[in-house]
Amino acid sequence: MVTPRPRLHSTARACDLVTLIDKDLPVTAETQTRPATQIAPVPHTGLERNPGMELDLDWVRAVQANTSAIERRAATLPGRRSVKKEWQAAWLLKAITLIDLTTLSGDDTPGRVRRLCAKARQPVRADILDALGVSGITTGAVCVYHEMVPTAVEALRGSGIPVAAVSTGFPAGLSPFRLRLAEIEESVKAGADEIDIVISRRHVLTGDWQALYDEMRAFRDACGEAHVKAILATGELGTLRNVARASLVCMMAGADFIKTSTGKESVNATLPVSLTMVRAIRAYEERTGIKVGYKPAGGISKAKDALLYLALMKDELGDRWLQPDLFRFGASSLLGDIERQLEHFVTGRYSASYRHPLA
Amino acid sequence: MNVSEIFDSMEYGPAPESAAEVNAWLDSHERRFGLFVGGAFTRPGETFESRNPATGEVLAQVTQATPDDVASAVAAARKAQGPWAKAGGKARARVLYALARLVQKHSRMFAVLETLDNGKPIRESRDIDIPLVARHFYYHAGMAQLQDAELAGREPLGVCGQIIPWNFPLLMLAWKIAPAIAMGNTVVLKPAEYTSLTALLFAEVCREAGVPKGVVNIVTGDGRTGEAIVGAEVDKIAFTGSTEVGRRIREATAGTGKSLTLELGGKSPYIVFDDADIDSAIEGLVDAIWFNQGQVCCAGSRLLVQEGIAETFHARLKRRMDGLRLGDPLDKCIDVGAIVDPVQLKTITEMVEGASGDVYRAATAVPEHGCFYPPTLITGLSPSDQLMQEEIFGPVLVGTTFRTPAEAVELANNTRYGLAATLWTENVNLALDIAPKLVSGVVWVNGTNMFDAAAGFGGVRESGFGREGGWEGLLAYTRPKGSPKTLKPMPAQAAPQEFGAPPLDRTAKLYIGGKQARPDGGYSRPVFSPKGALVGHAGVANRKDIRNAVEAAQAAKGWSKSTGHLRAQILYYIAENLSARGDEFARRISDLTGAKASEAEAEVAASVDRLFTWAAWADKFDGAAKGVPIRGVALAMNEPVGVIGQFAPDEAPLLGLVSVIAPALAMGNRVVTVASEPFPLAATDFYQVLDTSDVPAGVVNILTGSHAELAPQMAGHMDIDAVWSFSSSDISGIIEKESARNLKRTWVNHGRARDWAGTAGEERAFLTEATEVKTIWVPYGE
Repeated sequence: MVTPRPRLHSTARACDLVTLIDKDLPVTAETQTRPATQIAPVPHTGLERNPGMELDLDWVRAVQANTSAIERRAATLPGRRSVKKEWQAAWLLKAITLIDLTTLSGDDTPGRVRRLCAKARQPVRADILDALGVSGITTGAVCVYHEMVPTAVEALRGSGIPVAAVSTGFPAGLSPFRLRLAEIEESVKAGADEIDIVISRRHVLTGDWQALYDEMRAFRDACGEAHVKAILATGELGTLRNVARASLVCMMAGADFIKTSTGKESVNATLPVSLTMVRAIRAYEERTGIKVGYKPAGGISKAKDALLYLALMKDELGDRWLQPDLFRFGASSLLGDIERQLEHFVTGRYSASYRHPLA
Repeated sequence: MNVSEIFDSMEYGPAPESAAEVNAWLDSHERRFGLFVGGAFTRPGETFESRNPATGEVLAQVTQATPDDVASAVAAARKAQGPWAKAGGKARARVLYALARLVQKHSRMFAVLETLDNGKPIRESRDIDIPLVARHFYYHAGMAQLQDAELAGREPLGVCGQIIPWNFPLLMLAWKIAPAIAMGNTVVLKPAEYTSLTALLFAEVCREAGVPKGVVNIVTGDGRTGEAIVGAEVDKIAFTGSTEVGRRIREATAGTGKSLTLELGGKSPYIVFDDADIDSAIEGLVDAIWFNQGQVCCAGSRLLVQEGIAETFHARLKRRMDGLRLGDPLDKCIDVGAIVDPVQLKTITEMVEGASGDVYRAATAVPEHGCFYPPTLITGLSPSDQLMQEEIFGPVLVGTTFRTPAEAVELANNTRYGLAATLWTENVNLALDIAPKLVSGVVWVNGTNMFDAAAGFGGVRESGFGREGGWEGLLAYTRPKGSPKTLKPMPAQAAPQEFGAPPLDRTAKLYIGGKQARPDGGYSRPVFSPKGALVGHAGVANRKDIRNAVEAAQAAKGWSKSTGHLRAQILYYIAENLSARGDEFARRISDLTGAKASEAEAEVAASVDRLFTWAAWADKFDGAAKGVPIRGVALAMNEPVGVIGQFAPDEAPLLGLVSVIAPALAMGNRVVTVASEPFPLAATDFYQVLDTSDVPAGVVNILTGSHAELAPQMAGHMDIDAVWSFSSSDISGIIEKESARNLKRTWVNHGRARDWAGTAGEERAFLTEATEVKTIWVPYGE
């Protein structure tokens, strides 16, 4: 039996938190003196939300990213890591629980979104799950545009699956700033647990880190209790050095997650970009003690890719980053390939896509 | 563990590569192998065990080749060599092409066998070793195809004895065999006794590729077999392995006329400047010292980190080390495999046990059985610590810190070795400034352990000499066409019964550090003309004069950093001043040698011309940008060798002297040159020309004296980088033997004459002998 997935969004009451801290965490002077209301941990994990820090421009400007070296490391990763048999099946199930099952199309309708939510609740055929000896598998979240948030919230009610809304003038992020803030507030009001914002690429491209920091801060504040994922649109940032620096600035400004792409750029999540961003996450943790989440999005459509990303997170950041409060895939077609691989594991024969229920 | 449990633990689990096909192949040979001689396997003789170091399991019995076996392999190679050379480059190209294709077709078989035999992770044998093997045969198929057109003046050496190490068994085989057979040589190759099996599989593949019988011969065995090869009737020895054994081979082949290349040990520096991409530099260390369990001659084993980032660098490095996975080399999910043999494991263990500094062992699981050693970091060491100087040949990184770029260079070069170096910085100015200053054959900028057939690989100092790969690598397997005549000894003119004194005494001295110096010993020798006249006296230099001359030459380092244009100007100026005093030099030559006036004048004119030739070359012996298969460049830079000791030809007192000094100077070397022994006084006149030609002090040092007495002192001097001899005295053997002390390069005549007045007196070899090719890898991309 698989334990229920920890949630990114905290709905726990203060008294639950106290119980949790008493039971699971060593009580330090720090935790004793800190008022419980300031801690926003996720149930089961005790994860402290990223409060951000002052913009440290010296640190930002010192960050380097050597493209060739990063590409070489990324290129050797598939050769260095391999998971087979039961391990592969388990890892693929884990990947499902990390998927932000996504639809971001102009032709989305409530019916389409309800179908997606139903799939999020039951991502894998029951007979396959039975054969694997697991139950309770759902996707990590469902990710939609603002207009679809109420439908999704309704469709997922009781499932514990959070609703994520893309926001701030997604995907270009060039609508009026006050409207972008208002969009966040509207989505939160509509019941979104997570907000995926897009940054202003121009601030990165012109090296205006202060502007990027201020923007991110404002977005984070507008999110309130909802967790915020900062989409860097790495395919439009020009260099990996920019990716590394933008990652750092967004974390300093309080991002709960950093995310590669909108899925609408010509280049979306890649391993070199991911390596650059997870190294920034590691450096931020090293300096602040705060764990920030990572979400590659766009272009991850094969089960094999998902395994690779899991290995990347495990090796570069550690096992803690294999849980949905710190890692998500932004993907729409990945689930289908994973389903077929799981059936292959169960039956020993290659599967066909029509054998698995549509989203 | 069931799926549900793994879902919670998220462990990797086993991912073994199957060894079934390899086991079937071993079984098909009944796990007993003979030698591969003359295109067929011999019946197994006395055998030894080849084991899998990860499990201790015996894989096969391999024959210990006897000296007789080696002799018959050499005979087979000798018989095959003529026809193979005559077949032509284009015919050979097809055979090498077939070998490349077959290595690819059997790639997994080779990879799995290599991993079983050596203990290296399957990832490395599959993704690195075997693809590089195929690449090497492809590249040299191309070299064979182009040989007739591009290397028309050169011919194969003959039969090559090749001895390779256990760390990259098949790759080192390819590095040795591909260039050798491409150029029309035949080979007798001995794999290391720990790792013979892929060489034997390769022998089978040779038959499939249509390699003619006897062109490739594989003899297995331990060091005794190696000794037999070194002592056999071969024309060349190519060795890759330890410096200690390399030194013994240098001594054993001294004076035999066998060509020799050595690729030996290293303690390669890995420099990280404070503006580097730290995480990438750390990942680079994984490729540097935890690649192949650190059993890599060019491993970046000496970490030099700039002080300001040292603390965070070491902390992050330790975290990265903890993530390395040790285990079954056949598992597709491990980073570090098994040490090749319990003997090697013991050596590593003992070296680390005695270490000072902070020893950090990776917090990673180490298998209980088999030859495993955890990734280890030892920081806080000083250059004076033994582990900073001696090669460990295991997964152990040692390190210290530096303050400035200059200090980084100083620390990096504080070693007897000079194989490879790595530097990390995002500053292109710094990178391109530091790379040429590092004493090593290879420099990697923002990367490490990059190899390709097109890029030369090899060392300086006690890391050996010769290059493998690229056009420069072909020099080790070819020689200029033609058979030079024997050079007769040319003793000094004996004192006649009666002779007259010169009208006014002139004192010829030694020329050291730009000054005339009396010989340390205080002895001089009268020099007589063939007609019996006393022409003058020449100082008798001794070892202390060599010492002083070398010190002067070492102090004149600025010359090696000067531009080719400047060096050309000075060589032209020497020519100008020599020409102005041409009549005087012609008379001196006549007096010394008894040459006719016209002959003497011709020698002076040829000398002026020769200076012009090398002045012309001073700014034209260009390096190359190699076509390596990465986004980046591999620059082949021709660097001066350093300080070259020279024994000038006896027979041409002025032309010979100029012919050896000028090319060395043109390429930026400083020289200590011993003049013609019978006719020394042209050289002592010549230093006056140097004095008036703006040659900086110490760049040229001229000694007179006995070649036989000075040869061992010169060749044994540890601060001389190369010795050339064109002497008619029998000193080639002693020079090669004594050179083994610091493994300096030697270029000696083995009693063969050279036509100094002809093209041989200014052939291209003077350029290649006066330079070291340094390969600088610069991957780029933003």
